[in-house]
Amino acid sequence: MSTLRPTPLRDFHSAHGGRLVDFAGWEMPVQYRSILDEHRAVRRAAGLFDVSHMGEVDVRGPEAGKFLQSLITNDVTRLFPGRVLYSPMCYENGGVVDDLLVYQRGADDYFLCINAGNIAKDLAWLRGQAHGFAVTVTDRSDDYALLAVQGPRAAAIVQSLTGSPLGLVKYYHFIEGTVAGVPCLISRTGYTGEDGFELYHAPGAALTLAEALLAAGAPHGLELVGLGARDSLRLEAGYPLYGHELSADISPLTAGLGWTVKLDKPGGFIGAGALRAEHAAGGTKRVVFFRTGDRRIVRTDTPVTGSDGATAGRVLSGTLSPMLNEAIGTALVPASAVTGPLMVDIRGEKIHLCLVKPPFVPLKNNL
Amino acid sequence: MSQIPADLRYAKSHEWVRAATDGTAIVGITDFAQANLGDITYVQLPKPGATLAAGQVFGVVESVKAASDLYMPVSGTVTEINPALVSAPETVNKSPYETGWMLKLKLTATAELAALFDSAAYEKMLM
Repeated sequence: MSTLRPTPLRDFHSAHGGRLVDFAGWEMPVQYRSILDEHRAVRRAAGLFDVSHMGEVDVRGPEAGKFLQSLITNDVTRLFPGRVLYSPMCYENGGVVDDLLVYQRGADDYFLCINAGNIAKDLAWLRGQAHGFAVTVTDRSDDYALLAVQGPRAAAIVQSLTGSPLGLVKYYHFIEGTVAGVPCLISRTGYTGEDGFELYHAPGAALTLAEALLAAGAPHGLELVGLGARDSLRLEAGYPLYGHELSADISPLTAGLGWTVKLDKPGGFIGAGALRAEHAAGGTKRVVFFRTGDRRIVRTDTPVTGSDGATAGRVLSGTLSPMLNEAIGTALVPASAVTGPLMVDIRGEKIHLCLVKPPFVPLKNNL
Repeated sequence: MSQIPADLRYAKSHEWVRAATDGTAIVGITDFAQANLGDITYVQLPKPGATLAAGQVFGVVESVKAASDLYMPVSGTVTEINPALVSAPETVNKSPYETGWMLKLKLTATAELAALFDSAAYEKMLM
């Protein structure tokens, strides 16, 4: 049996009633009291998430920007120091290696946040593509813990612990400062659809920071939130999760992330040819978002059938939306099937998928 | 620590039975079961009038995590199901032994009750 990696906050989670589970080889809290209550706390007030399992990578050197521009589908030239960019990173065939955040810290200094389950694969990919570029790729995952504070009260809570002027840090921007005396990269980003911050910091300071945020947040209604609610929050917000809506087999165009794919950016990028062809042909498959009007959860890998009763596709993610009180999810279906009726079978009963354009709740992070 | 009321009988599959002296009984799932399932989002129950044997599946309980079958702890005919669980399945989390009950039964054979665990034996099984 392999050993699970604990985050620096393992004992903190246990002491607060966190139920610890294996997530991508990490021992992570899936919930503290109730996934549904934790979810609602983030929409109503604020939540504190330990996401220290995420990977971090430094990309530095005179050609760091050029290197990243050749790798990711979004346009790196839109970055400047203090700006964050979301982007998929593709294989030649248009399948996705990972989706990530790119931070520009300085002229030749970029910082990536990557998915925990993809750290080894991403580093191998980045290093494999780095030949010929004046760039160094350094795994910094062990040097950073990551706490996210999300929700309408997040800014007030974090501001009460820092002298940095958070009002000047817009969505998808960051600054370096201290929070509760802990040096942090303070990033106005998140995975919930709410306003909030992600605080990158040294693992040795994680407990100090977590306790300060919990204490400062308590009067605001902040609650500890586990990975269970993190997943339902991101799905309600319409965000993809690698391994579900994005994968080596699901391109960013199929996933509906066309806005992150700059097909015409100068110099091109890995996968541009395949994605250009997919764009021109229209694509054979589509990731769709659905609601059902029913409380029964439509779970991952449930077959989706079309009007003829034949299997047309499969469910990628599914949960109960705590805000809508009905099942929501995503499915991968043939592009030709999106106009017809789509159904799933739950314990012998046919349930119609009502296709909707995400998000399922109004996003509050870009006001 | 799970609550295990002393006056109930328990099945290995984590259902409880509260038997009355008139041959009727109430059935639900234990505090241990609800805590392990986590947030309960849907409860599927049989129609009143259904007669089911001990060990048969009588319904499904869904949580955010998974859907799990519910098993008859004893044989009987369903006389009533808990209507509150349709719109408020989380009642099972909040009150597994009282307002979160699932079935009322007319028992087929009260002798079956003796085959179930008492609270001490159920507690021992959980350890």
